[in-house]
Amino acid sequence: MTKARHTHGVIRVAAPLAVLASLLFVLPRSGPWFHAWLPELSHPLYTRTSFGALTLAHLALVTIATLFAVAIGLGLGILATRPSGRSLLPTVRAVAVIGQTFPPVAVLAIAVPLLGFGAAPTLLALVLYGVLPVLGQTIAGLEHVPAATLHAADGMGYGRWRRLREVELPLAAGPIMAGVRLSAIVSVGTATIGSAVGATTLGSPIVEGLVGNNTAYVVQGALLVGALALSVDAVLGAIERRIRRG
Amino acid sequence: MMSRALPVFVLSAMALVAAACLPFLHVAPNRLLSGHAVSPLAWPLAAAWLAVIAVTAVRIPMQRVVVTATAWFGIAGLPWLAGAEAQRILSDASATTRVQPGAGFWLMWLAAALLLLDGLRGRRPAVQVAAWIVAGFTIVVLAAAGAFDGLSLVREWRAQRAPFAAAVAEHLRLAGTTLVLALLTGAPLGWWVWRRRRADGVVVGILAFLQTVPSLALFALLIGPFAWLARAWPALGTLGFGGTGAAPAVFALWLYALLPVVRYTAAGLDAVPADTRDAARGLGMSRTQLLMRVQLPLGWPVLLAGLRIVAVQTIGLAAVAALIGAGGLGRFVFLGIGQGATDMVLLGTLAIIVLALLVDFVFQAVLAWTERRA
Amino acid sequence: MIEFDHVTKRFGGHLVIDDLSLRIDDGEFFVLVGPSGSGKSTLLRTVNRLVPVDAGAVRIDGEDVLSRDVETLRRGIGYAIQSVGLFPHRTVGENIATVPRLLGWPEGDIRARVTELVELLRLDEPGIADRYPATLSGGQQQRVGVARALAARPRIVLMDEPFGALDPITRESLQGSLKAIQRDTGTTILFVTHDMDEAFRLGDRVALMLDGRIAQVGAPLDLLHRPANDRVRDFVGGTRARLRELAVRTVRDSMRVGEPAEGEAVDVADSLQDALAAMLAQRRDRLPVNSRGERVGAIVLADLVANGP
Repeated sequence: MTKARHTHGVIRVAAPLAVLASLLFVLPRSGPWFHAWLPELSHPLYTRTSFGALTLAHLALVTIATLFAVAIGLGLGILATRPSGRSLLPTVRAVAVIGQTFPPVAVLAIAVPLLGFGAAPTLLALVLYGVLPVLGQTIAGLEHVPAATLHAADGMGYGRWRRLREVELPLAAGPIMAGVRLSAIVSVGTATIGSAVGATTLGSPIVEGLVGNNTAYVVQGALLVGALALSVDAVLGAIERRIRRG
Repeated sequence: MMSRALPVFVLSAMALVAAACLPFLHVAPNRLLSGHAVSPLAWPLAAAWLAVIAVTAVRIPMQRVVVTATAWFGIAGLPWLAGAEAQRILSDASATTRVQPGAGFWLMWLAAALLLLDGLRGRRPAVQVAAWIVAGFTIVVLAAAGAFDGLSLVREWRAQRAPFAAAVAEHLRLAGTTLVLALLTGAPLGWWVWRRRRADGVVVGILAFLQTVPSLALFALLIGPFAWLARAWPALGTLGFGGTGAAPAVFALWLYALLPVVRYTAAGLDAVPADTRDAARGLGMSRTQLLMRVQLPLGWPVLLAGLRIVAVQTIGLAAVAALIGAGGLGRFVFLGIGQGATDMVLLGTLAIIVLALLVDFVFQAVLAWTERRA
Repeated sequence: MIEFDHVTKRFGGHLVIDDLSLRIDDGEFFVLVGPSGSGKSTLLRTVNRLVPVDAGAVRIDGEDVLSRDVETLRRGIGYAIQSVGLFPHRTVGENIATVPRLLGWPEGDIRARVTELVELLRLDEPGIADRYPATLSGGQQQRVGVARALAARPRIVLMDEPFGALDPITRESLQGSLKAIQRDTGTTILFVTHDMDEAFRLGDRVALMLDGRIAQVGAPLDLLHRPANDRVRDFVGGTRARLRELAVRTVRDSMRVGEPAEGEAVDVADSLQDALAAMLAQRRDRLPVNSRGERVGAIVLADLVANGP
């Protein structure tokens, strides 16, 4: 890898993180600016929960959901590509494909009657929806391992699990990581909407601002969640590139 | 043979658990209160799923046909059962009482659908399509005959018929406008990106960047600029360019739709191998002739596959647009959530899902038809 | 010693190996040759149990392969295939070290063995052991494949058309390397190919397989001189049989000891085909023959043409 490309890679990760950090620093002190911009608002700064706490809550929700999604998606994907579970593959694949046509909002809305308001339905929706890209990419990645490589591995005496661990998963790691990244990004977006069903996330200022006609809240929430999404994407993207390079 | 039956075992077991442990129906005293669970048919239903497992385990003749037929009847029969039970419960309850399907019903329905999907695999496409269409048609006929009238979902729909129809129309208008705009702008942009070999260039980079921004944030951030536009040029305001409403929604949806359209356009143009293009140019075709006579016919299916993804994605995202006052089915969902009216939420959600699945199905059908002709 | 004892294998209703019996001795370079679909690859794969037999038995040193733990069995047998199947996520060195690692060799031994094999297979570009397979040429990849098969010093190596996808020059060079290594190490090699010339060039013994049976087995010259039937004769080469024979025989077999000749000398160990090529190139009908650099006699065109079976 050339030095220029390395620098470029570092900037790609550092820039969104820097933006997020400076927003977290500047926004709590930005009341006067928002007041100058929108003098008609009596509360130009969202203060119900601190921006730091909202960001942490948002990130925690996404992290927990993504961990569950990875565990389930990876497990199902591996199961459906083993000889014993292979007959499940078409069904599993159909679920992954058809599931993607279900809008995240719909999954969120369905979770509410089951679990009530708050973080619980949001978490359920994030997990259910987050499984799909991981599952799809796990299957695609494992199916894409060259047949000759598997054949050679068998011929040299790899056991079934050792072959999975040392040959198949490392070779499928790039696509799987792409699935994890997609899952996390969709989760960041869906968690934002989750504030509409009572979860405390960075969507809370946006939704409250929309309901109460407070443009300042909306802008504050939107800036932060945008920066958070780009940061998550950048970090996971860097990990994915690293894996793909081998 | 054992492994061939594995999906049947897994799905039936899932349905069995759903039948035995999860509520088939919810009964609530009125539209806003949450009710209590009732599972009047838990044992017969559980027995039925057990029978499916048994039939698969002992491998009677025609076992696959039996299971597939059971699944088919489950798809039409489960709603009918739910409707009939609801009617029975309502016959000696107060007028405000609401009965809605519970988690057990939905899971069993899902299991039946996946079982049918599995059972039909390998049959001729005509048979598969026919089975699904007849199942859908049966449900419609049952609905028309009033079989589901006891279910609160249908009651909600009857009560809100006009606003519901308006919301569906609005939703389709939002998605349709977005799709047309994205195609008109994205296709030329995709062609430009392809010609310049800029698949990883600035344009695609910006679009990919936008794709990452959560929809609610993008919608929300557009309110300010659009309000400013409306104030600066009042003429635009009369076109619906307020701070909230359809205009910023369509603009945001268009931004999300652009990336897939651009990508798939470029991929479609690449569907013709470079040496075929060389040969065509060598035969004396102009660039336009090459595009119209060779690349467009051959790359069309790829672009269509891209449009399918865009359409499904846009229908889902348009639901979020309700939060900035763009209307559509999302309004039912979020209004329902705000009021705690589960039926309203469900009505909006189901409509969105059905729309997405229908659009997906239509695009798949068109795609299959184009590919057959090619 | 590998022993096939009345082995039968069906795929679906199709009989791929038909009650086949065969014995391969220790240290032998044994080639299974036949058209595609004759069952030769399937037969090869019954040895390391990638294909289970339906009836009969495959024995190594008298022990049924089914009685061995399948992974231990496979780790003890080298295996190289046409599509190579290198692990793309591992370096050349790591690829070669695969089986020694599986067997738990000490790290130092593994490193020494890799270095040794890199030299043995003439993979001597500097730093090649640290490169990834995708950066190698097809011939280099196959050399790595062969090195990987030999890495744990297996007593038996199975090779399934390992050189089938290579260009003629690369193939010949690899055939030379393999033959030399086999002679030096005394490894038993069971080699599958559809290329008759390759079979005759490499094999101590050759078995022609047709429709799941052995049509004939013997030394290359046996098949050329005494084909068991017309089908064997057709496959062994018909009119080209004489040319093949020239490739199998060496100058030593046909030279006139002590006779003089003009021109650039050939070596006693060269094939008659090489001698013929040298005559054509030098436009002469007799050439001197050297052994270890000393003039020992002459080779004459008329003898090559006349000296028939």
